Amino acid sequence: MKKLAIIATKGTLDWAYPPYILASTAAALGYEVQIFFTFYGLQLVRKDMSCLKVSPLGNPGMPMKMPFGPKWFRDINWNIPNILQANIPGFESLATALMKQTIANNGVATIPELRELCQEAEVKFLACQMTVELFGFEHSDFIDGIDYVGAASFFEFAGESDICLYI
Amino acid sequence: MNFDKELDASGLNCPLPILRTKKALAELGAGQVLKVVATDPGSVKDMQAFAKQTGNELLSSAEAGGKYQFFLKKK
Repeated sequence: MKKLAIIATKGTLDWAYPPYILASTAAALGYEVQIFFTFYGLQLVRKDMSCLKVSPLGNPGMPMKMPFGPKWFRDINWNIPNILQANIPGFESLATALMKQTIANNGVATIPELRELCQEAEVKFLACQMTVELFGFEHSDFIDGIDYVGAASFFEFAGESDICLYI
Repeated sequence: MNFDKELDASGLNCPLPILRTKKALAELGAGQVLKVVATDPGSVKDMQAFAKQTGNELLSSAEAGGKYQFFLKKK
């Protein structure tokens, strides 16, 4: 059986997609998959994922389009200067709400849905115990079925993997 | 073509059509045929790749009226 090892280090809504999409797809293809969640990646295994947001601030690659209205309106790319984005309270929450609507409009799975599909497909979740403590989390903040380990445990699987991704 | 089960993955985007296909195939016996309907243009190449990597045979792949139709035979 082929093996895929992923290190998930990002804790935003957009960056939650690559590890969960690749893990669930690999599992469907018959891979044995492990994801090691470390640093901000720990946000992806919390029970409450409402903390996952997108921030267009300092991200010129992110299209800023409205997920509603007539086509000409939806096609507009709103180039909002960083200085404004940084100073409007709730800008990230607004961008996140718009992104979630865009995700739904496009038939793209939600993160809770993809995470559940990974669990069903027996993707193994590992969390970095060091960063759990560093960030003041409790094990009870996270979903069940996670192994809390260190780097050495990750290498036990990663060392034998066919593909290893750092995301 | 005859089939034993149909999966409608219309409106779903990557990787959901593949994940649902995998699930639907799990409910079939060896040699049975699954029909999948999808609207994701990426699913054409993805279904081929899925078949190749999992050993389930892709009997046919066709487009009609903006929809993609696949017939997969379970290994």
